[in-house]
Amino acid sequence: MRYLPLDASDREAMLARIGVPDIEALFADIPADKRIEGLLDMPLAKSEMAVERAMTGIAQRSLAAGAVPFFLGAGAYRRHIPATVDHLVQRSEFLTSYTPYQPEIAQGTLQVLFEFQTQVAALTGMEVANASMYDGSTACGEAMLMAHRLTRRSRAVISGGVHPQYGDVCATLAHMAGDAIFRLPPDLNASEDIAAAIDDETSCVIVQTPDFFGNPRDLSPVAAAAHARGALLIAVFTDPVALGALRSPGEMDADIAVGEGQGLGNALNFGGPYLGLFATRARNVRQMPGRLAGETVDAAGRRSFVLTLSTREQHIRREKATSNICTNSGLCALAFSIHLTLLGAAGLRRLAKVNHANAVRLAERLAAIPGVEIVNTHFFNEFTLRTPRPAAALIEALAGRGVIGGLPVSRLLPGTGLDDCIIVASTETNTEDDRAAYARALAHCLR
Amino acid sequence: MNVQGRPTRPETASAPSRGTFTGNRGLDMEEALIFETGRPDATGVDIDEPEPFQSRLGPHARGSAIELPGLAEPEAIRHYVRLSHNNYSIDAGVYPLGSCTMKHNPRLNEKIARLPGFADVHPLQPVSTAQGALEIVEALSNALLTMTGMDAVAMSPKAGAHGELCGMMAIKAAIEARGEGATRRVVLVPDSAHGTNPATAALIGYSVRSVPAGADGNVSAEAVRAALAPDVAAIMLTNPNTCGLFEREIVGIAEAVHEARAYFYCDGANFNAVVGKTRPGDLGVDAMHINLHKTFSTPHGGGGPGAGPVALSSRLAPYAPVPFVRREGAALRLVEHAEGGASFGRMCAFQGQMGMFVRALSFILSHGADGLRQASEDAVLSANYIRASLNDLMSAPLGDRPCMHEALFDDRWLKDTGLTTLDFAKAMIDEGYHPMTVYFPLIAHGAMLIEPTESESKASLDLFIMTLRDLAIAATAGEREQFQSAPARAPRRRLDETRAARQPVLRWTKPQPA
Repeated sequence: MRYLPLDASDREAMLARIGVPDIEALFADIPADKRIEGLLDMPLAKSEMAVERAMTGIAQRSLAAGAVPFFLGAGAYRRHIPATVDHLVQRSEFLTSYTPYQPEIAQGTLQVLFEFQTQVAALTGMEVANASMYDGSTACGEAMLMAHRLTRRSRAVISGGVHPQYGDVCATLAHMAGDAIFRLPPDLNASEDIAAAIDDETSCVIVQTPDFFGNPRDLSPVAAAAHARGALLIAVFTDPVALGALRSPGEMDADIAVGEGQGLGNALNFGGPYLGLFATRARNVRQMPGRLAGETVDAAGRRSFVLTLSTREQHIRREKATSNICTNSGLCALAFSIHLTLLGAAGLRRLAKVNHANAVRLAERLAAIPGVEIVNTHFFNEFTLRTPRPAAALIEALAGRGVIGGLPVSRLLPGTGLDDCIIVASTETNTEDDRAAYARALAHCLR
Repeated sequence: MNVQGRPTRPETASAPSRGTFTGNRGLDMEEALIFETGRPDATGVDIDEPEPFQSRLGPHARGSAIELPGLAEPEAIRHYVRLSHNNYSIDAGVYPLGSCTMKHNPRLNEKIARLPGFADVHPLQPVSTAQGALEIVEALSNALLTMTGMDAVAMSPKAGAHGELCGMMAIKAAIEARGEGATRRVVLVPDSAHGTNPATAALIGYSVRSVPAGADGNVSAEAVRAALAPDVAAIMLTNPNTCGLFEREIVGIAEAVHEARAYFYCDGANFNAVVGKTRPGDLGVDAMHINLHKTFSTPHGGGGPGAGPVALSSRLAPYAPVPFVRREGAALRLVEHAEGGASFGRMCAFQGQMGMFVRALSFILSHGADGLRQASEDAVLSANYIRASLNDLMSAPLGDRPCMHEALFDDRWLKDTGLTTLDFAKAMIDEGYHPMTVYFPLIAHGAMLIEPTESESKASLDLFIMTLRDLAIAATAGEREQFQSAPARAPRRRLDETRAARQPVLRWTKPQPA
C-alpha cells in the first residue's frame, strides 16, 4: 500500500522490540467477541490510477457551474479565483500543518491569521475579528449565543430577510439551549417592522444585508431600536464582495458582524468547506468565540504572533467555555486572505462594481420579458424575480435548456406563498452571452 | 489537541549575537505585514472597469474607506512563500501530536477534490444536476456505516466539536421525545475527556458530572454505574481514550448506560486506532463523530477546515439533522426539510464539508478494507514501538502496558532536573521535530502524548526515538540551559504569551506619528 512505509520485516522487528508475539497482542483490550474477523466488507486497496478513474466518473455525473450560464447565489457565489490563491494554499507548510499551538514553528500560519483578522475587521468596519468559524451560518448561531452572554438575556429576534438556513441553524441552537427565538416571516421587500418585535427580554436582532432576497438594508434604525432596549444588533452578510460596494456593518452601528467568506478565494464545493467571518467591537472580545491570533514578542524581542485569550476556549475552560469550537477554517481563511491581498481596496471595489454592473444588466434584460417582474428597488449582485409560473418547475425547465437560472424560493421556504419567486445572482464570471442565453431560455420557457 | 497558556521562560534566553542587517538568517526570512508593504491602489488582479451603467445601490453605497492594502502578484507570492517557510508541516517532518492524528495527506486527494464536478458545483443547484455530488455523500456514508456498524450517519457537521454537538442534540431530541427532557439534565464526562466534551454538553444546557478514570487509565463500568441516576441523559466517552488506551469495560459501560435508559456518546477522535479491528456499533455506542481530518487524512490546513460526520444507532437515527441524502430508485434525493419527521433541525447551511468528503472517500478507496486495517495496525504498532523504546528513560503514568495509537508519558522522570514537560517539548523543536501533545490529558502530570500515526517509516521512527533518548539523557544529566532556552534554532525563541493575553493586540493598526 503506497501510503504505508512499514514492510513485513520492519513490523516483525518492531514487534520483537515491543516484546509481543503478534500484532493481535496489541489489540488484546478489545473484547474477543467484538473483534472483526478478517476484513471489512469493502473493496480492497486500489492504485492511484484506479481511484482517480472511479472518482472522475462520479465527478462527471454533476454539472459544473462553469460549464453553463450560471446565475445561482443565495449564500454561495461562483467567483474567478486567481491561480495564485490555489497554488499558495497547496504549499505543504500551510496545507499539512496543524493548529499553531507551537508558535515558534508556526509563525507562517499565525501571521496569516493576524493579517486575516485585520482584513476582516477593515472589511466589516468593526474593531476586531476572530481567526474564522466553520461557515457563515454557524458564525451567525455563535453570534446569537454571544449576544445572550453579553446581555444575559435569551430571546433572539431574526429578521425575515435572513437566509432561511441561517435562521434554521439559530432556531435549532436556541431550541437545544432552551432559549427563545422570534422569527419574522419571509420579508420579500424589506418592509418588515423589526423594531416592533424587540422587547426588554431581547438579546439581539439578527438582520442580513443584502438580505436573502437581494435587498440592501439600512441597519442604522434597527441598531438604534435595538440599543434603546438594551439589545445588540447582529449584521449578517453572505457575500464578502458586497462590502466593496455597500455600507459596512460597522458604519451602521452593528455590535457583531458575521458572514460567509466563501465568495473570496474559495470554490463552491457543493457547500463546504467555507469560512465564517466574525467581527465585533473591542469591548466584546472576551465573549467572542473562536480562535484569535495576537501580537507579542519572543525572548529575543522580535515581533511574533501567538494564539491568545485562550482562557475563553474549551481546552482550558471546559464546560465554562464561550463555545465548544476547537477547529477554525484555517486554510479557507488563508485562501480568503490571499485573494483579498491580491485585490486590495481598489481591486475589491472594482470587483464589486463589475458584480453590480452585471446584475443590473441582467435585471434589465429579464425585466423586459413579458410577465417577469424584478421585486427589488435596490440590489447589489442578487435580486428576486417574480414570474408568471411556479418557479421550481421553471428552474428545472431552464436547467433542461442548459441554464442555471437561480434559486426557486420555494426550495428553502416551502409553503410561504413565494412559489413564483426566483433569487438570481450575477458575478464577474457572467458574460453578455450568458445573460443573452438566460433571457432567451426564460422567454422560451414562459411562452 | 494541545494546551496553551503555560508559562514560558523568555528571561532565560541568552541575548542574540550580532544579527544581520535584514534580520534574516539565510533562508530563514523575516517578513513584514501586508499592511506595512501593501498600497491601497496596488492590485494583483486585473479587472476591467465596466461599461457605464445605472447603479441600483441607491442610498446604500459604501462611502467609507476600506483600509485594505493590495500587492501585485509577485509581491503576494513572495509574501506568502516567505511566511510558509516559518511553518512546520507533516510534509517536512514527524508531527507526533497525540490525539491529532497527523498522518500523510495524499496529493491525489487534493487533485480529485479540485475536479470541476466536485469543486465547481453549487450547493443549491437543481438536485438533478448534482447527482454525482450526492453520490459522494452516499458512498462515504456507506463506507462509514460499514466501518462503524451503526445505522445512520449525519454528514453535515463541519468539524469534530460540531459533530459532538450534533450527536448530543440527537440525544437531547430523543430524550425530549420520550417526555424526559425536564428530568434528564446531566451528562457524564470522564475527567480524561477532551475539553470539547464538557463544553458541548454545557452548550445545550446540560450540566456535567465528572466520572473519575481509574488508576489504570480506564473508566470502569462500576464507576459509571455509580454515577448513573435517573437524571442522566448520556455519557460522553472517548474510545480509544485520551490516554491512548482501549476502554476495556466499554461493553459493560454501554450496558449500564442503556439499562439506565441513557445514551452512549462516543468521541471518535481516536478512531484511527481501530478501523477494521472493531466496530463501535457492536460495542453499544449510540452516536460517534468521526474526524475526517484525522482518521481519513483530509489536510489539517493550519487549523481546519475539518469535517465531523456522526454515526448514529437505530435509537437515534430518526432524530438526525437535515439535510440527508435518500436513494429513490436510480435517483438520489436531498431531503432538506424535516417534513414532519423527528429530525432535530439543521446544523449548518447547505450539505456539509463536501470538499472533505471527496478527499476522505478517495483515501478510503485507495486503502481498501485491507489497507485501512493495515493502517490502524501500523499506527498502533508504531506507537507501541515508541513506548517500548522510551519507557526505560521516561515515565509512563499507567505502567508498562500496551497502548493503542498513542503513547502517554508524564513528567515524573524530570522530577529532579528542574525541567518541565514544556522545556523538553521546546528542545525537540531544535532537533527538527514538532513536539508531541503536552499537558493533555489532564490526568497525567505534565503529560506528553505521542502519536506517530502509520505514516512513519521505521528509519524515521528510529531516528525520532534516538533523538528523544538523547534529549532525555541530557535532561536527566542536568543540562538545563539547553532546555530552558529552547528553542534556539527555530524562527522564533519562546514567545511572551502573558503579554499577548494581558495587552491583546488582535489586529494591525496604523502607527500614530510621534
